[in-house]
Amino acid sequence: MFRLVNDPIDAASLRSGFAGPQDGAAAIFEGIVRNHARGKRVRYLEYQAYEPMALDKLAEIGAHARKEFAIRDIAIVHRLGRLDPGECSVAIMVVAAHRAAAFDACRYAIDAIKKIVPIWKKEFYEDGEIWVEGPT
Amino acid sequence: MSIRILFFATIADVTGRREMELEAPAQADVASIYARLAQEFPGLESRRASVLCAVNFEFARPDSPVRDGDEVAFFPPVSGG
Repeated sequence: MFRLVNDPIDAASLRSGFAGPQDGAAAIFEGIVRNHARGKRVRYLEYQAYEPMALDKLAEIGAHARKEFAIRDIAIVHRLGRLDPGECSVAIMVVAAHRAAAFDACRYAIDAIKKIVPIWKKEFYEDGEIWVEGPT
Repeated sequence: MSIRILFFATIADVTGRREMELEAPAQADVASIYARLAQEFPGLESRRASVLCAVNFEFARPDSPVRDGDEVAFFPPVSGG
């Protein structure tokens, strides 16, 4: 399941209906909006996406994760629009028979998102704003 | 031929728009499309080395061909997650 959403992500509700009794491990990664960057206080962020391509790339990352790691399934949800500090920007859930593959696939997915998924983050400070370019 | 062009993030700030239609000669590639756009939006010139491009939702290179009806997107290195 790969989605781009404008409403808050509830990572706990992602788990229900995704993990099953055959899974010995569920690894969940949440990216959180940090209240500081570049030595400045961050008031809020805005995420913009090239939506059809971003969905293709999330699915591609998921397919690669299923092929490369011994996992049963993976879900990725990325938030768009305005986010305040403390909010979840991206949630990745991986279910597997064993924990090592779940952790590894989760790590792979967040690193790949930061490299190949066309989504951009704009940081708004007290005294201005900038588009972030490249992974942070 | 007619091509749909999309811009994102800092590239959209440079061009002042998110999308446009471009009439281009046949035999175009990504580099020639970008060169035409840089004539209209001179701020693009200094971004040539870092800009990324996708043709029909897949990453493309400067020599990737562009055909009639294609959707061509230009954007900076991604920063999601």
